[in-house]
Amino acid sequence: MPYGYAGKVLRIDLSTGSVTTEPLSEELTERFIGGRGFVAKTMFDEIPAGVDPYSKDNRFVIASGPLSGHFLPASGKTHFGTKSPATGGYADSNMGGHFGPALKYAGYDMMVLTGCAESPSYLFIDDDRVEIRSADAYWGQGSLVVEKQMKEDLGEDFQVLTIGPAGENRVRFACISHDFGRQAGRTGVGAVLGSKNIKAIAVRGTGSLPVFDVDAAFAAGKAAFQQVYTKPGFTGWTPEGTAGITDWTNEVGVFPTRNFQTSHSDHYKAINGQEILKQIKITDKGCYCCPTPCGKYGKAVTAMGSAYMEGPEYETIALFGGSCLLETIHEVAYANYLCDELGLDTISGGAVVSWAIECLEKGILTEEQTGRPLAFGDLETVDYLLRKIAARDGIGDLLAEGVKIASEKIGGGSDRFAIHVKGLEWTGYESRNAPSMMLAYMTADVGAHHNRAWVLGHDVAGSATNVHDLITAGGKGEKLPKAPVTEDSADFVIESQNTRPLFDALGVCRLQFMELGFEPENYEKLFYVITGKMLSWQEMLKVSERIWQLTRAFSAREIAPFGRHLDFPPPRFYTEPVPSGPNAGHHVTREEVDTLLDWYYQKRGWTDQGVPTRETLEQAGLPEIADALEAAGLYS
Amino acid sequence: MELRAIHERCSGCGVCKLACALENYREVNPSKALLRIEGRFPAPGDYRVHLCTQCGECAEVCPVEAITPDEDGIYRIDEATCTECGTCFETCPHGVIMVGKTSAVPSKCILCGECARACPRGAIQLVETEEKEGV
Repeated sequence: MPYGYAGKVLRIDLSTGSVTTEPLSEELTERFIGGRGFVAKTMFDEIPAGVDPYSKDNRFVIASGPLSGHFLPASGKTHFGTKSPATGGYADSNMGGHFGPALKYAGYDMMVLTGCAESPSYLFIDDDRVEIRSADAYWGQGSLVVEKQMKEDLGEDFQVLTIGPAGENRVRFACISHDFGRQAGRTGVGAVLGSKNIKAIAVRGTGSLPVFDVDAAFAAGKAAFQQVYTKPGFTGWTPEGTAGITDWTNEVGVFPTRNFQTSHSDHYKAINGQEILKQIKITDKGCYCCPTPCGKYGKAVTAMGSAYMEGPEYETIALFGGSCLLETIHEVAYANYLCDELGLDTISGGAVVSWAIECLEKGILTEEQTGRPLAFGDLETVDYLLRKIAARDGIGDLLAEGVKIASEKIGGGSDRFAIHVKGLEWTGYESRNAPSMMLAYMTADVGAHHNRAWVLGHDVAGSATNVHDLITAGGKGEKLPKAPVTEDSADFVIESQNTRPLFDALGVCRLQFMELGFEPENYEKLFYVITGKMLSWQEMLKVSERIWQLTRAFSAREIAPFGRHLDFPPPRFYTEPVPSGPNAGHHVTREEVDTLLDWYYQKRGWTDQGVPTRETLEQAGLPEIADALEAAGLYS
Repeated sequence: MELRAIHERCSGCGVCKLACALENYREVNPSKALLRIEGRFPAPGDYRVHLCTQCGECAEVCPVEAITPDEDGIYRIDEATCTECGTCFETCPHGVIMVGKTSAVPSKCILCGECARACPRGAIQLVETEEKEGV
C-alpha cells in the first residue's frame, strides 16, 4: 500500500446495488498524485464519450489527496468530479470541511459512483460497512436540516454531505453541502448527485493512515504550522477571511455590480469583512487542521427572516452584495443561508438572479413571465427567485438552466449580458480592465471560475503576490489607466493554472500559499516524509500541467462543436466600457481577446481551436489521451 | 498542570485530536484521540472542547482500582488490572475515556499537552493547577 494514501478505491453501482473495493493503483498515484488528478483521469477513462450528464452512465467521482487527513496545515480538502450539467464538459468542485479525511480514515482515497438508485437513497459508510439506504425521510428537505437530522440519526462523529431541493430538481448550479456551511459549489455537481437519486453521503472512518516516517511527519507538520504562524497574514488575514478583500476589489474597480454592469459599489463598506465581525459572526469555523479559518459562522437577521449560516465569504458578497446589490451584510448573509439550505451555488445563484433582474429592466422578460416585479437591491426579489429556481417552479424553471441556456431560450440580446464562460457563471472579479484575470476566466477548465488562476496581482500590482500583501497595500480608488494587453498575461495565467490546482491534487487548501504566502516548496518535505517519495515542487507542477491537459482533452472530447468560441467572455466585456468607478471608460476589445487566446494556445501547445495537439499530450505523458482524441476525430 | 478549554477560541479544526493520536499512538487516526470537539450547529453555532480534567471520577468508580493517580495527580489506567467492565467509560463526566474498536481496554488522557501545543488558536491551554484555581 502506498504511504500517505488510504489504499483503496470504493465503487458503487447505484443501479445494481453492487459495492466493491479495489486497491488504489500505484500508477495512478505516480502519474496524477491524487484529488483532482484522480478525478480527471477516472472521468476520462470511465465516462462514455457523449453521455448526457444526467445519464446513469455518467460517473460521480470523489477523491482526496495524499496529504489529506495528515498532520499539516489545512489538510481537509476533497475533490468532486463529473461531466458537467452546466457546461457539458469537464466539471469539478472542491470542498473543505472534514469529509475527505473521514473517507480516508474509512479506507478510501477515491469513490466512484455509477448508475442511478431506483428511489431516493443515501450512502452509509462506516469503515468497511457500506450500504445504500433509503432517503425517504430526508428527500425534499433542505441541506442544513438534513445534515443536522442525519447526525442525530447516525451519530455526531459521522461526516455528512447533502444536496438540497435544487440538487434533487437538477438545477444546473446545484451544490453539495457539508459541515453546515462548506460547499462543493460549482459546475452543478449537486445536480448530478440528485440525478442519481443520492440525497446524502455519511461517512465515519476509524482507521489509521500509513505514513512513511511518522516521527518525521509529525515533526515536519509541527514545523509547518509554526511557519504559518510567522506569516503576517496569520493574524492579519484570518480575522475577516476571504471577505477581507471586499474593500480592495472595490477600490481597484473589479467588484461585480448590477449584473456586472459596472465594477464598484458605493455601499461596499456596508457589506465588507468588518461588518461581518461587527454584526454577524458568532465563531470562526475551520476546515480540518486549518490554522487560518476563513469560515465565519453567524446569524443573519432580516425582514424576510433570521437564520444561522456560515459566511458570507467574498464570492457571496460579490454576487449578492454587488451583482444583486443587496444593501446590508445581514441581507447578503440571508441570501447565503437561502442558497445553502436550498442547495444552490451562491456564485451562480447570485449571477442568475442579477441577470434575470436586468432582463426585466430591459423588457426582455416581462412581469407576467417573472410572476412579480424584480429589482436590484431587493431581498424579496432574491428570496423569491432562489426558491423558484430550487423548485424549478414558474420562472425558476428557466433560471435553473443557468444564464447561458436561459439566454439562448429567451433571446432578445440577453446573451450580451449573460456573464459566463462555457456555461459556468462568472465569479467575483469583474475583469474588463484586468486582461490577465480576463484570460484566466476565459481559459479555466470548468468555465468562468477564479480558483484555477487568480492573477489580479499581476494586473493591479504588476507582480505575483499573496492576497494579504495586496489588500494591506490597499487600492487607491483613483481613476486607473487602461491596462496594456501583453503577452506575459498568458505566462502568468499558465503559471497560476499549474500552481493553484496542484493543491487540489495534493488534497490541501491553497489559501495557506495564496492568502498568506506559505511557500509551496514546504510541501516537498511534507510529501516526502508522508509518502516516502521524493518529488520536487517543479516535478509536482509537471503533474499539474499533465492534469490541465487532461481536463482540456476531456472537454474537447465531450463538447461539440469544440473550439475557441467556448473560451470567449460575454460580449458585454469586450463591447461596453465600464460606466463608472476606477476603471470607467475601459474594456478589452474583441481583437485583444483573440490575441490573448492566441498567445495562450501557443504556450499551452494547443491548436488555434484550443485542442491539445498529439505532441503536447505526449510531452505531458498522456499518449493514451492523444490516441483517444484522434479516435474521436479531433485531429482529422 | 491541567488542561483548560477556552471554547470561544475553538474553530473545530480538530488538529488537537490528530496531535493527540500521533503523540500517544504514533498513528494518523483522530478517532483514537483522548479529547472531543463538539460542534453545535446550526444553533447556537459554536464549539465545545471536552477535555480530561483529571477529576478522578473514573478512579472512584473503578471496581478493581485499576485507575490511580501518579505523583503529579495524573490518573493512569493499569491495563493488567483493568477488567474491561466499561464503568469508567460510562461515568466520565466529559465523555473522554475512549474504548477502541479492537480492544475494550479504555484509554484516557495522561496530560501530555500535545493538544494544547498543537492548537493554532490557544483554545486548549496547559496551565498550572494553581493558576487555574486562581481564575
